[in-house]
Amino acid sequence: MRTTIAIALAATLAFVSQALADTTAITNAHIYTMGRGSEIAAGTVVIRNGRIAAVGANVRVPSGATVVDAQGRVVTPGLFIAGTNLGAIEIDLVAPTDDTSTKNHSLSAAFDISYGIDPDSIAIPIARITGVTRALTTPGYADGDSRQFLFAGQAAVISLAAHAPTVVRPRAAMVLELGENGATRAGGARGSMITQLKADLDDVRWYARHRRGFDTGSARDLRLSKADLDALIPVVQGRMPLIVTVRRASDILEVLKLAKEQRLRVILAGAEEGWTVADDIARAHVAVLLHPTADLPASFEARAATLENAARLDAAGVTIAFANPDGGHRIREVRYNAGNAVAHGLPYRAALAALTINTARIFGEASKTGSLEPGKQADLVIWSGDPLEPLTQAEEVFIGGVSQPMDSRALDLARRYKTLGEPYPPAYKN
Amino acid sequence: MSLAAAILLTGCATEELASPAKATRPDLDPAVDADPFPSTYKPLPSTAMALVGATILTAAGEKIDNGTVLMRDGKIEAVGANITPPADYTVVDAHGKWITPGIIDAHSHLGVYAQPSVAALQDGNEATDPNTAQVWAEHSIWPQDEGFNAVRRGGVTTLLILPGSANLFGGRSVTVKNVPAVTEQGMKFPGAPYGLKMACGENPKRVYGSKEHAPSTRMGNVAGYRAAWIKASQYARKWDAYRAGDKKGDPPERDLQLDTLAGVLDGKILVQNHCYRADEMAIMIDMSKEFGYHISAFHHASEAYKIADLLAKENICIATWAGWWGFKMESIDGIEQNAALVHKAGGCVVIHSDDENLSQRLNQEAAAAIAAGRKIGIDIPEADAIRWITANPAKMLGIADKTGSLEPGKMADVVIWNADPFSIYALTEKVFIDGALIYDRHDKRFQPKSDFILGHTGGDD
Repeated sequence: MRTTIAIALAATLAFVSQALADTTAITNAHIYTMGRGSEIAAGTVVIRNGRIAAVGANVRVPSGATVVDAQGRVVTPGLFIAGTNLGAIEIDLVAPTDDTSTKNHSLSAAFDISYGIDPDSIAIPIARITGVTRALTTPGYADGDSRQFLFAGQAAVISLAAHAPTVVRPRAAMVLELGENGATRAGGARGSMITQLKADLDDVRWYARHRRGFDTGSARDLRLSKADLDALIPVVQGRMPLIVTVRRASDILEVLKLAKEQRLRVILAGAEEGWTVADDIARAHVAVLLHPTADLPASFEARAATLENAARLDAAGVTIAFANPDGGHRIREVRYNAGNAVAHGLPYRAALAALTINTARIFGEASKTGSLEPGKQADLVIWSGDPLEPLTQAEEVFIGGVSQPMDSRALDLARRYKTLGEPYPPAYKN
Repeated sequence: MSLAAAILLTGCATEELASPAKATRPDLDPAVDADPFPSTYKPLPSTAMALVGATILTAAGEKIDNGTVLMRDGKIEAVGANITPPADYTVVDAHGKWITPGIIDAHSHLGVYAQPSVAALQDGNEATDPNTAQVWAEHSIWPQDEGFNAVRRGGVTTLLILPGSANLFGGRSVTVKNVPAVTEQGMKFPGAPYGLKMACGENPKRVYGSKEHAPSTRMGNVAGYRAAWIKASQYARKWDAYRAGDKKGDPPERDLQLDTLAGVLDGKILVQNHCYRADEMAIMIDMSKEFGYHISAFHHASEAYKIADLLAKENICIATWAGWWGFKMESIDGIEQNAALVHKAGGCVVIHSDDENLSQRLNQEAAAAIAAGRKIGIDIPEADAIRWITANPAKMLGIADKTGSLEPGKMADVVIWNADPFSIYALTEKVFIDGALIYDRHDKRFQPKSDFILGHTGGDD
């Protein structure tokens, strides 16, 4: 009996201390909440059970909380980056490690990248330790000479948390490339591209109304496979956003028109010439995923590309988010690119928003993440300085309130080779 | 045949009949006209100038606060903290600004892979044979590539334009001054040695292996280099013998491919070697000794940190990135600390771009490399790190006696920045090449645009 009580008491104590340990207070922090409260020069963030419990200048540290003294350092929400292939590819030219695209022409819209995401990808820790806590992993195209007009497939929202589920929302958006590449896939001209797209969407609507007919073999001729038609139903019903990669101003206007006619929830990606039609994009309430450093006339559809695209779209009232320029390996550059946008006129707070809350809003994740507000999960970063500067490092990363390991395979290599010429080869280190 | 053509032919025939012995044949000795496409570059107009009050990173090891740079006749005249500008000098107030040498991008494909990147302008890889040492990148350069203007806004005053890396021997590279010009010769860096682009590893074996053509393996690559060096050695000997015999008798058969390789063996052409893996770099070093040439730099060199001591000992620069890795198997071990680790071992580090966008921001890439070093306890001062994008690339291009640092007598290739160039917010304000103002962020007259950009909606923005 005594023993039982003792065990029960010990268990209770353990439970209590666990509960206390689950409260963390980051004090003395320069906080960009990206939500209510905006910027707090010296404040505290309280994390309880993985969620933000309080944020502010005059927040009391709960007794028993683990205190992290930020010593005046900057705290922001974790970065949420779209346009990555994190987890879906390990090494670009090593085809078996590439799950970002399919050559199977009977699967396009139905292609679901979430099935290929590897939580153990070596690219994920490299991204995580530079402050990225969430990403949109996006399918691409693997087409060769036998290109056909197709959707790339469905993107997934992933979490970069260690030892936790990686895919947090599969099938978060449909992906389609228009413009020059889209036209090439549709037979070589924009006229066939838009016509084909309309015909396909019309097929999807017909199919949604006649699924029984389809099953009994009395369907009209449909170009897309059943799997593709099924995948596109939420798109034509406006439940799933459609990311459209497009660059030229006239193509952007065409997409806006189509979105209005067909009641599609469109998100523009690329949009190098977006600034020339910024008011139209703003009026349509369409968001833009962009690479703020894409300033060259890389093609005849990007002749108006400029480093001021981000600033001008923002000034016109367009919601922008910064996408990764290169899949996943160079994701640490995204925050530098945001800094370049600031150097070319984008307000600082807007640049931070384009790395955090805007991405969350665009992909329907804003109730969970993207800003430091009570009730949201505690995804945040403590930075050694201004997060947009290359000389600044992410020093601590929390995802869902859990302090993340700050290691990567790349750092292992750096440490292994930091001292050369020792009696035993480097293979004996680490 | 038209009448005019008939007359022309007749004319020719008459001339030859009249003086058959006077027909001049070029002396085919490759040493006689080693510069058949000579530079026509002339510095733009300049006046004697004093840039006053800036923080100066000289790239010769110094950081000077509140310093002055004097430029005269296109050259750096003086650099220091206590310099009073002579009365007849144009004074530029640079208080609160930063001054560095012009940035040198040691790995560029501007002009040969021009903007817009349409198929018609893809002139960088003569991927028709694993050895195309006979091609010269300068014959592919399109001077109207808007990329030249973009990277000048980023402070780049000199570039090494290379052929691509599809081949074991890709061809000759050329060094250009980043001045707007209608012809490539108008940009060509006077007196800069040529380079030879070589490539290790995956690219050649992938390009030719997929065509059922040698090489298809790394050992095939090395056999291909060695066979070519043997031929080049024999070729050089033949010309030496011919010259030693007062050029009597028939000259050896001239071969453009072997001209370039022999130029390397004679130490006149610098080897610029694309190579990622440490083990392959070590093999390339042994092979260079077998045939008696020196490798100027390993480009990309993602694994240089694994043999940093060897590279320092052999006096071979590495031209690398901070952030690029994972784009192919041979770059899987690319780490941000590569530059810092090689620098710490006493090696010559260059931060390069190989990319028309990154080339506009080499200062930021260098900043990322500094930060990566600090992360593992290697703290490299900015006054040293600035060499990665200025003095060190000048060294690997063989032009360190001419440019790359702010020292008296060197070309006045100079950038004024509005902030510390290792800050993400730093923008160039003025760029000088040979003492001439060539770009000014606040003066539209000094913001050149390519012909291509002209007249396109939004193109001049």
